[in-house]
Amino acid sequence: MSGPRRLLHRMWAFLRRKPLDMDLEAELAAHLQMAIDDNIARGLPPAEARRIALVSMGGFEQARYRHREARGLMTLDIFMQDLKYTLRTLWRDPSFTIVAVVILALAIGANIAVFSVVNTLLLRPLPFQDAQQLVWIAPPPTKCGLSCATYSTDAYDEFRVGSRSYQDVTGYFAFSSADNLTLSLNGGAPITATSIDVIHNFFQLLGVHAQMGRVFTADDARDGAAPVILLTNAWWKRQFNADPNIIGKAFDMNGMQTTVIGVLPASFDFGAVFAPGTKVDAITPLDLYGPPRNYGNIITMIGRLKPGVTLAQAVSDAARVAPSMCWNNRYPQSCGNYKGAVVPVPLKDYISGKLRRSLVVLWCAVGTILLIACVNLSNLLLARAAARSKEFAMRGALGASRNRIVRQLLTESLVLSGMGAVFGLLLATILVSWLAHQGAIALPLLSTLHVDGAALVWTVLIAVFAAALFGLVPGLRMAGGNVYESLKDAGPGATASRRHERTRSILVVSEVALACMLLIGAGLLLRSFLNVLKVDLGFEPDHAAAVKVDYDDNVPNDKDGSLSAAKRGVIFQQILSRVDALPGVEAAGFTDYLPLGQNRSWGLPFPKGVTAPQGIDGPLVYVITPGYMRAMGTPIRGRDFSWSDGPKSENVVMINKSFAKYLDAHGAWQDHDVLGKSLWNGPNSADLHVVGIVDDVHEENVDGDPGWQIYYPFTQDGPNAAELVIRTRMQPSALATSVLTTLREMNPRQPMAEFKPIRLLVSHAVSGRQFFMLLVVAFATLGLLLAALGIYGVISYSVTRKTQEIGIRIALGATAGLVLRQVITGTLELALIGIAMGIGASLAAGKLISSLLFETPPWDAGTYVAMAVLLIAVAAFAGYIPAFRASRINPMVALRAN
Amino acid sequence: MSPEKLDLLQGTLDLMVLQTLTVMGSMHGYGIARRIEQVSGNEVLLNQGTIYASLVRLEQQGWISSSWGTSDNNRKAKFYAITAAGRRQLVSDARYWERLKDVMERVLTMEKSENGADA
Repeated sequence: MSGPRRLLHRMWAFLRRKPLDMDLEAELAAHLQMAIDDNIARGLPPAEARRIALVSMGGFEQARYRHREARGLMTLDIFMQDLKYTLRTLWRDPSFTIVAVVILALAIGANIAVFSVVNTLLLRPLPFQDAQQLVWIAPPPTKCGLSCATYSTDAYDEFRVGSRSYQDVTGYFAFSSADNLTLSLNGGAPITATSIDVIHNFFQLLGVHAQMGRVFTADDARDGAAPVILLTNAWWKRQFNADPNIIGKAFDMNGMQTTVIGVLPASFDFGAVFAPGTKVDAITPLDLYGPPRNYGNIITMIGRLKPGVTLAQAVSDAARVAPSMCWNNRYPQSCGNYKGAVVPVPLKDYISGKLRRSLVVLWCAVGTILLIACVNLSNLLLARAAARSKEFAMRGALGASRNRIVRQLLTESLVLSGMGAVFGLLLATILVSWLAHQGAIALPLLSTLHVDGAALVWTVLIAVFAAALFGLVPGLRMAGGNVYESLKDAGPGATASRRHERTRSILVVSEVALACMLLIGAGLLLRSFLNVLKVDLGFEPDHAAAVKVDYDDNVPNDKDGSLSAAKRGVIFQQILSRVDALPGVEAAGFTDYLPLGQNRSWGLPFPKGVTAPQGIDGPLVYVITPGYMRAMGTPIRGRDFSWSDGPKSENVVMINKSFAKYLDAHGAWQDHDVLGKSLWNGPNSADLHVVGIVDDVHEENVDGDPGWQIYYPFTQDGPNAAELVIRTRMQPSALATSVLTTLREMNPRQPMAEFKPIRLLVSHAVSGRQFFMLLVVAFATLGLLLAALGIYGVISYSVTRKTQEIGIRIALGATAGLVLRQVITGTLELALIGIAMGIGASLAAGKLISSLLFETPPWDAGTYVAMAVLLIAVAAFAGYIPAFRASRINPMVALRAN
Repeated sequence: MSPEKLDLLQGTLDLMVLQTLTVMGSMHGYGIARRIEQVSGNEVLLNQGTIYASLVRLEQQGWISSSWGTSDNNRKAKFYAITAAGRRQLVSDARYWERLKDVMERVLTMEKSENGADA
């Protein structure tokens, strides 16, 4: 009964210290008075009566102490006392406090920010209801891009009906291109936006509810249903001024009156989850049973597992269903195409699995920063403790226990790391909210980044951990000191200080070693990044830009598409002749897909007369106009397409070098050259005459191998969109106005589309790598700075300590140069030991980072040497300042000082 | 401090205070301390000031209650009285001490037994 009750009383007593103390004072005063009264009554003289009363009471202070101990929380009392004392001493030494807090704030801030990123990408579940049930259903990675990572509507239907593992299966149209939605608001210039087509059960499956209005129903996706649209929260706010009455309003979108049926919550960000680095403005329903039926592979599948179904069960269930899935139900021979190509993986793994290694490396880097900061703090505290050793010795002599002194020093560390944590949290909040708005970085879930409860808990943990780490060594060192020694230790040269110096040297060496590891890691990542930038992309990203062009090639009753192909020829030839004539335009051409963006494939064209092998992924398909290759800066061997390659003339294609090499191995050509030869896409297809061989273009990523590509002309095959690419000697943006004006003159429906520099596509593709590289380089720089600070601190402390010795040596004839050299040599010794250890550790840890490198071995000698030289230079500089001071010591002053 | 006086064992002062209050009724700290000294025949080493730690502990446990009042010679003082819970505690503590006393007595009067059963 008494335990908790007592605790309550104690806490209450702790909070009411003042009144309780006053009560006790009154009681003690009354007690003394009564005792004196009694003694006087017994006949003693007043002075003696008082003396005896005081003696029998014992010490007042002791009574008070016992009383407090009995009634309250002594531990807390002591803590408050230590806290007050600490704050007072820190206040009196502001330069130390500021340096310590800044170091800690940087280290803790970096740790919180990285933790937030790791938490968002790896630890926290996806922002969907019961997200652990969600799986991404796709084949293992292939060469032929999105077309081989998606499914046809027939396959989707079969999978949805045939599988037993899922509550439901949904998907979205994988080939929506950016700015595919043209919104015409009464009279103004059309506005472009990006929308994604999803299967009608998409939101129900993810568990996302509309913030206003409703999400899609099966009716919305029926063939011939009235067009409806869901707005994302951001677009609703930006484009429609957060109109609260928008539900039910209809707008002209892509020429159709489309009704807004709902607004999605701000927490739903399609791009952040499924298409990192892009923004999606609206969602529209995918009509599964309309034209998409014959588009081939277009759907990416997402499933929600039934409760209790394991991933392994889902995988074997999918393997069971796959053989009965048909590419198109009308072609029985296409059934079974998906065998081995239907594999569920947890959605979370699909989205952020590839980043795991990068994040682990990042986490290690900030952990190292924290360690370096702690070592630095230890050093600072040791220096401070050395200066205070007499204070502690005195306290020890007056009866303070060793524990009590360690406690006080730890309180000091806790206060420092607490202040560091507060500022660090502030820093991290700023950093994280900045990161959350970097829409251009192609990393998933970045926009959902924020400092949450878990990050706060993490902050407290690392603050306490850091305090224990950097407070304990100096604390034990101090409290363990011999009282007599310290009191006697009147000047430089005494044993205690020498021992301190050794501890400090060890700390500096470990700091240099840690900084060395960080620098080498950062150097390797930086070198990889530079190597990535040097990659021959197959096109020239500078001095070129792309803009999306609206066109209408519809021709009524066009049986085989040749009429609309002819119409396209007219439209685009006209546009190009006008654009080419604009001043500053060197070359211009159209493509439907830009490199490093979307892609698709149309089977495997093969040497005519040879049967194509099964199970080989076809080349990626691009539909282009004459001039496109020149505009992109891609060299052609053979000839470019021309406007006379029309719907009625011979079918022509261009292929890239890699594909040409593959075909050459299968075609029985005398000259081993595909140029000028004919290909076919199965016995029923028309001959494809190869008129040009072009350089390999990096179509999916910069740091992978380019695959196979094939190019068809606009005038013979249907493009999915039209991106006008312009090459110029000027700044591409300088052309934006004239080009857009020309386009709008020719077609009033042309929206005010964005003018995208081609360089931007490349930056976007390498933004993830760049992001990690920059963070690690920033951390390494911070580590280098801290290490330099540590070296400077130790050397300058040792110079101060040796002032007398140096003074004597100068008096005996040592030159300033000699003194300078000796101090710097001492510095470099420490640095070299640290660097040697750091290099050893880096070689051992090379495996951790090797998968993140690009054309850089993890033991790249150049990087190691460069980083070691950098560290030595920084160490020499950090040591030079105290060394210079040492060389300027005036022997007379130094010898007189003590 | 005279070395011949008895040092108080842990917890004994609490018991003494409870017993004193049971016998004397409501009383102030000085009175309790004096009373214990008198009863012990000045055998106990008591710094009177430490009685207040004992009093606050007992009060927090709910075994005694306190209120400010006026002493015989008209001094303002805090008076303590035992509560019902305190009486129960006293009974059980006293029983414990009885037993301990018996045990100590037996241990200290132990002699080498005749049949050698001390092994």
